[in-house]
Amino acid sequence: MKKEGSWSPYFAGALSGVVAIGSVWFVGKYFGASTSFVKTAGLIEEIFSPEKVAQMPYFIKNLPAIDWQWMFVFGIAIGAFISAVSSGTFKIKKIPDMWEARFGSATMPRAIVAFIGGIIAMFGVRMADGCPSGHGLAGASQLAVSGYVALVFFFIGGMISANLLYKGGAKK
Amino acid sequence: MTTLLYGLVTGILFGFLLQKGQVLHYDKQIGALRMQDMTIVKFMLSHVAVAMVGIYLLHDLGVVKLSLKPMILGGVIIGAIIFGIGWGLLGYCPGTSLGALGEGRIDALWGIGGMLVGAGIYAEAYPYLKTTVLTWGDYGKITIPQVLGVNHWVIIVIVLIGIMGLFKWLEKKEL
Repeated sequence: MKKEGSWSPYFAGALSGVVAIGSVWFVGKYFGASTSFVKTAGLIEEIFSPEKVAQMPYFIKNLPAIDWQWMFVFGIAIGAFISAVSSGTFKIKKIPDMWEARFGSATMPRAIVAFIGGIIAMFGVRMADGCPSGHGLAGASQLAVSGYVALVFFFIGGMISANLLYKGGAKK
Repeated sequence: MTTLLYGLVTGILFGFLLQKGQVLHYDKQIGALRMQDMTIVKFMLSHVAVAMVGIYLLHDLGVVKLSLKPMILGGVIIGAIIFGIGWGLLGYCPGTSLGALGEGRIDALWGIGGMLVGAGIYAEAYPYLKTTVLTWGDYGKITIPQVLGVNHWVIIVIVLIGIMGLFKWLEKKEL
């Protein structure tokens, strides 16, 4: 028990492992999140050009529709909301503390970097065929070679950009 | 429909625990990448330690099936590095971005928007990537025990010892 309203990450992480076991056992579903972004992008694109989406190989492979994982990802937001509100840690914030300490409180720079970071992250994650949930949790739990390799390179890439971004700044 | 409901309930439980473990904060995610705060690593590896034992136990009992992602050197290595670079800029991953939004961190919205655009761009590039990067070094759906030719419980015990050792070291270093 570290901070008010929060649990030890070991305890919360271990419990989430129990949830993962239950999910595989009862529903046969492993954790993952990034495919849902593909499906959502497809659903949005379908509004504008349904013929084009219907012919794109990637959307044929990942049919734009609401499925188990989409509801799972949606549920993460609800679960986090319930936990935050019930423990009094819910807080509307436009800029993270660490960012503000280094780059100031202007909203625009954070928005631009987050948006560009999002584009790069999702492109990479689809190429790798999994995110820290799909590869890092589900893959590693199954002892998949791809899971451990992805996990190592996720951190290598992240260390490069995060350290470049915060280079020269004060330690925290 | 039942499947969708299961997805929602599982997501709510997972999101609840992510928030309780403080894994959703930008400061924790970037803190790990700057080697200052290993909260997310503790959460992830605790998850893996428990899930690994449970899943393989159920697998040996014939109750569950594994669902492995292929080890394609080009896609996994290059893709993971690209993801990492974007992750270091955004400070949230696909799953935690939704969770961060749930606890009021509205800067996650920019990231979610970017990720949807990124997914759209990837869908455009996919036909090209499929015949290039995604064919480089395709070893198929392999596990560590398969590659080493040993029983999976040997590897599970080694991974558990490794995780415990790392946790001990992290606590000693107060990370």
